[in-house]
Parts: sequence; structure tokens; C-alpha cells
Amino acid sequence: MGETKNTYIIELKEIEKEYYGNKVLKGVSLAVKQGEIHALVGENGAGKSTLMNIIFGMPVIFNTGGFSGEIFFEGRPVEIKSPREAMELGIGMVHQEFMLLPGFTITENIKLNREILKDNIASKIFGPKLKTLDVAAMRKDAKKALNELGMNVDEWLPVAGLPVGYMQFVEIAREIDKKNVKLLIFDEPTAVLAESEAEKLLDAMKMLAAKGIGILFITHRLNEVLAVADNITVLRDGEKVGTMRKEEASIEKMAQMMVGRKIERVEKSKGRVEKNTEVILSIRNLYVDMPGEQVKGVNLDVYRGEILGIGGLAGQGKIGIANGIMGLYRAKGEVYKNGKKIELNNPRKAMENGLAFVSEDRRGVGLMLDESIELNIAIGAMQVKGMFLKPLLGLNWIKLLDERKVRENALKYIKELDIRCTGPTQKTRQLSGGNQQKVCIAKALVLEPDILFVSEPTRGIDIGAKKLVLDLLVKLNVEKGMTIVMTSSELGELRSICDRIAIVYDGKIEGILSPQDSDTDFGLMMAGEYKSHSREEAL
Amino acid sequence: MNEMKAMFSKKTLIKLVRSNMVPMLFFVICLGGVVASKLSFLYIVNEIVNRLDRNLFLVLSLIIPVVAGMGLNFALVIGAMAGQIGLIAIKVWNIGGISGLFLAMLISVPFALVFGYATGILLNKTKGKEMITSLILGFFAMGLYQLVFLLFIGTIIPIKNPEIVLPGGVGLKNAIDLSLIQYALDNLLSVNIMGIKIPLASFILIGLLCLFTEFILKTKIGQDFRAVGQDMHVAEVAGIDVDRTRLVAITISTLLAAWGQIIFLQNIGTLQTYSSHEQVGMFAVAAILVGGASVTKATISNAIIGTILFHTLFIVSPNAGKNLFGDPQIGEFFRSFVAYGVIALSLALHAIQKNFDTNIKAESAELK
Repeated sequence: MGETKNTYIIELKEIEKEYYGNKVLKGVSLAVKQGEIHALVGENGAGKSTLMNIIFGMPVIFNTGGFSGEIFFEGRPVEIKSPREAMELGIGMVHQEFMLLPGFTITENIKLNREILKDNIASKIFGPKLKTLDVAAMRKDAKKALNELGMNVDEWLPVAGLPVGYMQFVEIAREIDKKNVKLLIFDEPTAVLAESEAEKLLDAMKMLAAKGIGILFITHRLNEVLAVADNITVLRDGEKVGTMRKEEASIEKMAQMMVGRKIERVEKSKGRVEKNTEVILSIRNLYVDMPGEQVKGVNLDVYRGEILGIGGLAGQGKIGIANGIMGLYRAKGEVYKNGKKIELNNPRKAMENGLAFVSEDRRGVGLMLDESIELNIAIGAMQVKGMFLKPLLGLNWIKLLDERKVRENALKYIKELDIRCTGPTQKTRQLSGGNQQKVCIAKALVLEPDILFVSEPTRGIDIGAKKLVLDLLVKLNVEKGMTIVMTSSELGELRSICDRIAIVYDGKIEGILSPQDSDTDFGLMMAGEYKSHSREEAL
Repeated sequence: MNEMKAMFSKKTLIKLVRSNMVPMLFFVICLGGVVASKLSFLYIVNEIVNRLDRNLFLVLSLIIPVVAGMGLNFALVIGAMAGQIGLIAIKVWNIGGISGLFLAMLISVPFALVFGYATGILLNKTKGKEMITSLILGFFAMGLYQLVFLLFIGTIIPIKNPEIVLPGGVGLKNAIDLSLIQYALDNLLSVNIMGIKIPLASFILIGLLCLFTEFILKTKIGQDFRAVGQDMHVAEVAGIDVDRTRLVAITISTLLAAWGQIIFLQNIGTLQTYSSHEQVGMFAVAAILVGGASVTKATISNAIIGTILFHTLFIVSPNAGKNLFGDPQIGEFFRSFVAYGVIALSLALHAIQKNFDTNIKAESAELK
């Protein structure tokens, strides 16, 4: 193992993978050295996740016919058939969705399936499965791993109540606690983190690399790539577009390679004619019980015809506002539309009152993944407005699905929103993230809402589609006069299209800013320091 | 400050009441039943002890599959059948007493392991629908059981003993006398405290099972049960063999059910060849639910409290029915009504309670 300094920890050669006849990887090669941070960037659907699943031996790969190509680990050819084998080789993975058990303590999660055991009489007779857990030793190890990451949290706490950022670190602690870990895969680890947490994470990655661990870092955030990566590989449509050293890379170059065309920054392009201050929606004292995004007494007015942005750091409750108003999470308080009170905790009432919602949880709330695109688009309006239905034999109380209208409607939106698919009957599960999002927006638009709530519209979407989505929102706003309330973690995005931006801190509105206000003001508000503003905190 | 404290304690009290809503409700019903039945206290306590002895082992065998996320194992029925096979074997060989009892347990082991393993394989193919699968599997197994003992005995399986075989020479009799092992365990070590007969040996065995359950949950395999029970996907990614873990859980449960049924029948003294196992799963599930367990959480205390409450209701309901409605028939009806009603009610109450818990959480967040 002494010579691993010069050889690669892992080498992938000509990896190819098909899903149901659809080639998602077309001969990708990649190599990571000891102590190297290798960034893997690419749009959604470029094949990054598939590549990671192959390295980690996930069952999904083998259930769909395996892959072709070779993998060398420390110079030896290997076949990785299960996550267990990957772990035995020394490959660790920090997953995009947390692989944590909420009912277990931090210690139990860190030591999951690697518990420290001690012998007892039964285990000596019946085998090692009956060894008892050595909780004290486990806690000591967990504490050590947490300390290494600079985490100051009690290792016996259950994971269930922890903030999201902490959960990510628990996952990483689990990986570094593995004594033999040689390669760590980070699958979009900063996607759910606030900026300050993300910085801490990047520091941790550098520290791990300095210890000689090879790191494969998948991300959407190009500035993070520049901050930590030694080498960068860009994937596009299952092909490797190129590999470059950090010194050769720039954000523009990477972005260009990813999308294959020059990207334009989304800037506020429209000159607003009039300032309307007629209140269309008035939120008073709203409390929403959304786990991880608690809203604790929000007062907010939405003006007719504006795009109102709701921003703030992760976990402060910005996501909860729209979810609460739409009745998806338990809410308390008053919401008036045009002076009329809207019943809370009742999604149907909210939609009947002309509110529509594009959820941040596309795959869970937004779509029926195993149904067709056309049905997904039509279903909301069908339920709430009785559209796309025709009476059976003239009987008005027996309604049948009007398939022709559903199809026409779907084709219209597929064209209008440029949904890339094989046709209106394709299942939404098979679409890429960006196209799924477009289906969600179409579904909301069919309701012809007065107010459109959009949560994280560009999360997990490639740059090209991002611009398309934002342009679409502006178009709806300008042409149809639709009032839009957009919640987003990306401040730049909010500032590019919103008229006003409300910043949420600790479940309350910290303040409302204009997009032209200074970075300092935004920064202070997001950190909850705006009201108690003092010079030294302005940095 | 004081006000806050008072409010806090009131809140915790309400929370305590709410989180134990099911056992408390049944406690009240039981209390009413005890009063209405006009039975003597001593009689009731004696009966409860007797029924704990009979049933607790079976109820305890439900815990491990719940922890492993497989829900309530209605396939206990299949384990019970394995136990009965053991009993039929010792009856054929005419081995009685405590040695007969342990021989029956020993004979039931291979059957229980095979049955449990097969059940586990099926349940692994129907993940997420374990409860309904195990319920129906129980019914299906009853059909097979009848086939074997009604048709194969005397034809394929050479058993001639006229005491247990039907007059035609084919098939087992409906009722098989087990007096050769009746009370073999109960009377092994029995004490009488203030007129209450306590079968110590049986309770020691049950105590050992409690210790075993506690112990196994503290071992590596127990940790795997809990991990798999919470999230199969996460457990899988962590390298735990999910299918194998679930197989082990259900096999242990099936084996315990076999032994539980043997303990049950040594107390009853008669094997109803074709119906003794029928209600085993249903009654055990009802008992543990009454004790406050749910589909995802079950503890030893749930099993003990539940068995006491459920069977108290059983003991007093015929008399209570007679006294209240003047007709013992209504009491009988009440009895079977209780068993199934209990399952439905406690499942519903658990759903309500879950809802209540989230409400409490929301309110406490608003208070902050």
C-alpha cells in the first residue's frame, strides 16, 4: 500500500450503463488519486448519480441489468456487487438524501452496522450475532469522529430532532469513523445546507483529503468546485466532456462545458411600469408545523401583480409558509385573499380560492410518479374545477375522464414549456428533474390561479432549464398578471426576478428588501442581525 | 414562573394520559366489567394469573417482528401448529409429564424453524404488506394443516392409536385429550398465596423469555432488527442484510409461538385438533394492542399489561352481560365482539393518538 501515493485509488474505465434501453453512461473513464478532491459536475441526468451508484454497488444497478466497463481499486480490478463490498474495499458515501435512522441516537447512526461488540456467554455458543453492544466504546468513537469535524453536539441525542446541517455532519462522521476508508463519495452534500454550513463542510473535506483520503465530490454549485477541487471532470448526457485541473478551470468554462452552450446570467430584465400596492393576499400571525421549517408567526402582505420572493437560510421556515397556506402542513393563523378569509388546513379550499402551488418536493408532493405526464398535468384541475370531465350518456352525476381534452391540454403545455419527453403518456418517473418540474408548473397553471406559490423552482435543475423556468415565471407575471410568491434558497435567483424579497429568520419575517438593496443588508437579514444592526457585525 | 410550572406539569399529565390512551380506556372498561359481573375478587385474580400463565408467552412472541418493522405477526397461527405437531407426537408415543412436555417442545423446533423460514421468505416478497399477508397465510396454513391431519393420518402417516384417530381409521379426532401432560409445567413448582394459585415454573419460563427478548434487543442482531424496522433502505445501504434479518425475526417469533402454544395447551388439557390454533394470532395481537403497543412499537410491558386487561375483559364479560342484559347469550356474544372490536378500536385509537401527538408538537412550537 506504500506505493498508492503514485497510483490511483480508484480508476473507472469505459463505464457504460443502460436503463431500459436508454443509455445513461456512454464510456466514462475517471480516476482519483490519494488525497485528491475530484469534482464531478454535470447537469441533472448527465449520469453522475448512476456513476456513483455503480461505484457503490447499489442494488438498483444490478436489478436493471448491470453495467459494462472496468473498475480498478488500488490498481486491482474489482467487482463491486453490493454496498457492503464497497465498504469493505474502503469506499464511503455521503448520500444526497440522508441515510440516517431518525429513531437512533447519533452514536447508533455513526456506528450503524459497525457496532462495537463484546462477547457474552450466548455469543460464544451461538455465534457473533449475539454479541452485546459496547455502548460506552461506541460513544467514545462517535465523539472522536464528531470532534474531528469540529462538531459540538451530544453524541447520545436522537437524530430525529437535529437540524438538517447537523444530520449531514453525522453522515460524514460515520464515514470518517470507518478506519479503512480510502475513498469518500460526496453526492451533492451541500444541496440542503445553508451557506455557513456548506463552508464548514468544504473545510471538513479539505481536512479529510489532507489525511490522504481520496474524495469524489458531486455538486451543482460551481463556486464550491473551485473552492476545493484539485481536478474537475465534467459530464454531459452520459459522456465525459473533459477533465481539467483547478488552475485551468473557471465557473464560466465549467458551466459552458456542462450545458454545451454559453449561459447567460438571469438578470432582472423587465422595467415595471406601475407600483401596485393593492393587497391581494394578507397573512396574519401564521404558524406552520413543518418539520425542519417551522413558521412561528408570520405577517406578510402580497400585492396584486407582483413577484414576491421569500428567502432565508435553510431551516428558518421560508419553505413552511407556502406549504402552510396551501394546507399541506398543519397551520394556524389567518390568511385573507381579497379580504376574504381562507380556510387553513384544507388544500382543496386553498385551490378553489385561486391559489396554486408548485411544491419543492417534486417527487413526493408534486407528481404521481407512476402516472403519465398528461394525467399529472390534468389531475389538479380535474379534482378542483371539474375540468377534463364529460358526462356519461348525458347523465351529469356520472363523470368520465375526457381523454381527448386531457391529451390536447398536455400537448399544449409540453410545447409551451418545452417538456422533453417521448410523449404525453410517458411516466413522470422517467423524466429528468427539470422536466418533472415543468410538469409540476403545468399542473399548477391549468388551475388558472390568481396567486401562484412556487417553492424552490430551480432546485436540482440544470442551468439551461433554470433560466427557462425563471423566464416562464416572469412571462406569466407580465403577460397574465399572475401574482407569484416564489420561495427560493438562491438569493441571486430571487434578486433577478422578484419585485420585493421577504427574508425569513427563525420562523418570522425579518424584513422586506428591494432586489437592488445591498448585499450587506441581505446578509444581515438572513443572519437575523438586521434589527440589532451594529457596525462590527456588518463585516 | 409558578404558573408556567403548573401549566407545564398539566401538559405533561395530559400527554401521559394521551400516550397511554388505549390501555387506560380498557382499564376503565375492565373496571366497569368487574363491578357489573359481581364476581369475587379472588376468583378474578385467580383467573387472571391462570390466563397470564396460558397466554403471555404467545403474546411476547409478537414483540421481535414488530421491532424489525414487520408489523404484528398474525402468522403466529403457523407457529402454534408446529407446537401442536409436537403435542400430537408425544400423544402418539404416550410420553407424559414434564419430560413429555419438553419432548413436545423439542419436536416442535424443526417444524417451527422450517415454517418460520418459509413465512419469512414470503413476507420478504411482500414488504410493506406483512400484516395482511401473515393473516391470510395463517388461513391458508389451516387448510394445509387440515389436509395433513384429516386425510394423511392413517393413510400416508401410519398412526393407528384409536384414542386419537377417528373410527374410520383416517384422520385425527376433533378433540385430543392431553391429560398426560396437563399442568405438567404449572404444577412443577406451584405456590399458593392467600388463595391465589401461582404456577411458579411457568412464570419462571415466561420471565426467561422476557430476559431473552430484552437481551436479544441489546445484541448485534437486535440492533439490526431495530435498524431494519426503522428504514429498510438505510439499513441496506449500511450493509445490513435486510432480508436475512427479517427472516431471523420471523423465525424466532414462530418458534416462540410454537412453545407458547404448548404451554397454553398444557394448561387447557385438551387439544381441539382443528381449532385450538385458530384464534391464537388474533387474540395475541388483540392483547398486545390493548396493552398500548402499535404496529411499529411493542414492549414487554405492553404485552403484560395488555394480556391482563384483555383477559380480565374476557373473564368478566359473560357474567357482566348476564347481569346487565339478563341473558348469558349476550355475554357470550359480547365476548367475541370484544376480541375483534378491540383490534379495530385500538388501531383507530392509535391513529387518533398519533394525530394528537403532532398537534401537541405544533402547539408547543407556537408557545415558544
